[in-house]
Amino acid sequence: MKANEIVHNVERNKASRKLKTLDSYTRKLGILEVFAWILLLLYMTPFYLMFINSFKTRREIFANTTGLPDAWNFKNYLDAIKRMDMISSFTNSMIITVASVALIILFSSMAAWVLVRNQTKKSKIIFYLFTSGMIVPFQAVMLPLVKWMAKIQVGPFKMLGTHYGLIFMYIGFGVSMSIFLYHGFIKAIPKEVEEAATIDGCSKWQTYTKVILPLLKPTTVTVAVLNSIWVWNDFLLPFLTVNGKINTIPLAMNNFFGAFSKQWELAMAALILAIIPIVVFYFFIQKQIIAGIVQGSIK
Amino acid sequence: MSKKSKDNRDFWIFVGPALIAMTMVVIIPFIIGIYYTFTNWNGANPKYDFVGISNYINLIDDAQFIYSLKITVAYTFASVLSINLVGFGLAYAVTRKLKTSNFLRTGFFMPNLIGGLILGFIWQFMFNSVFTGVGQALGSKILATSLLQEPSTAMFAMLIVSTWQYAGYIMVIYVAALENVPADLIEAAHIDGANGWYTFKHITIPMVRQGMTICLFLTLANSFKLFDLNFSLTPAKTTEMLALNIYKEAFVVNNMGIGQAKAIIFFILVTTISLTQVYFNKKKEVEA
Repeated sequence: MKANEIVHNVERNKASRKLKTLDSYTRKLGILEVFAWILLLLYMTPFYLMFINSFKTRREIFANTTGLPDAWNFKNYLDAIKRMDMISSFTNSMIITVASVALIILFSSMAAWVLVRNQTKKSKIIFYLFTSGMIVPFQAVMLPLVKWMAKIQVGPFKMLGTHYGLIFMYIGFGVSMSIFLYHGFIKAIPKEVEEAATIDGCSKWQTYTKVILPLLKPTTVTVAVLNSIWVWNDFLLPFLTVNGKINTIPLAMNNFFGAFSKQWELAMAALILAIIPIVVFYFFIQKQIIAGIVQGSIK
Repeated sequence: MSKKSKDNRDFWIFVGPALIAMTMVVIIPFIIGIYYTFTNWNGANPKYDFVGISNYINLIDDAQFIYSLKITVAYTFASVLSINLVGFGLAYAVTRKLKTSNFLRTGFFMPNLIGGLILGFIWQFMFNSVFTGVGQALGSKILATSLLQEPSTAMFAMLIVSTWQYAGYIMVIYVAALENVPADLIEAAHIDGANGWYTFKHITIPMVRQGMTICLFLTLANSFKLFDLNFSLTPAKTTEMLALNIYKEAFVVNNMGIGQAKAIIFFILVTTISLTQVYFNKKKEVEA
């Protein structure tokens, strides 16, 4: 076969492949799609069963677990909201999550910026200190943390049992990874951008808020998503530091199960209420959530 | 003020808040914790003695701790395997040219957003009422017995729940890796006569190896540190994994020294596994 004939063959092959890919929804893909849907339905079964059972009476749940309810009765929801103290736990979870995440974003972007720009030995040491904080599992410090925080009291201000104490602890645990993410991003920003601002007479703080912070937006989204999901769902830290004083959603669920573990009709409604906020949040900004999680784990 | 001292002041103003919080919450407790491990403090009594390294040595004879360590290792091994296999399978499926790929991704990812504690309660109902109910209806004795009743089946139940929870998370990372495999590379292999399996093994797999490192590392660390699900779904002694065992020793039995010695061993294990894994996989990565 001559060389130009081979080239010709390859070209023709390519063309026919292209045609095939253009019109490539084959039977094989169809089968895969059906199979994936069956799997997805199985995946969603627990949520579906929670939902339909949350409208039933207890007797109905046990007599007919998998069927639809006789009547769509909201009584369980009203009872659960009352007994679980749902409104105040929701408010507490919201306050703690928003405040912790906002402050984590602020403090870690500030720190990461000067750590990148200040190329000295102390910057390097501090940066390593922060990254080493990422590998310390919570269980390795929880016990001394609780004992140590119990000792800190300035006048009427206590670290245990207060919103600000818990928020402070979330900042302490959250900054390590966030600084790491910001650090990687800031390294790629040319120094000239901010030098221009300094020449124009901006102070360090003005340069940070007017020039740097807006540039960091993509990483800020990642940091916000990762920390929000963590703080919102976290159970053990609030369980050890504010339980009995402040109810968050996971704490309320835990206490509820301790007290009413056999009252499944109330439990179903409570569980549905507990997962609604995060599911709604997910459906609004799922692209950012997925992208944020991928970014966070790849770096 | 000179420029240098002003720069220095600004440096500490910007680093300060994060550094103070992290020092107070992670570094100081970590150091205090090491100190605890050399004492026999019970947490309440102000008097305690120094016991040297006996808290560490006694762990060898602590049957529950050794048992927890064993089941944690076994569970970690099984769940790393099952989460990665399912996660990769899902990722491979949703990166084909399916009509509803995006919808499928959204759905498979969802369980991951809900905390382990709440998922544990949801699955208590699944295992204790739904599956047993279906089993009774079908007249099957095996299905009618809850998986949560026996230790070995309860561990299996936990494996099911955590695979269900984490596979979607691992899926999105594999999706990102698979989408990075250049389409023309696969096409070129096809033109050269490579079949599907050959292309998969010799092009797709090496190209996603970096993603694989990340996923193995993540699932390994997450499975080893599992707490919330263990606490809410299977809190019995026979299914007590390491993190739960540390929690109980410290906060239920109130043995500060022993509890913290366990925590330090736990820290060393988590760190060693993670760093080894990264090192081991970095060597095998294909530079893309």
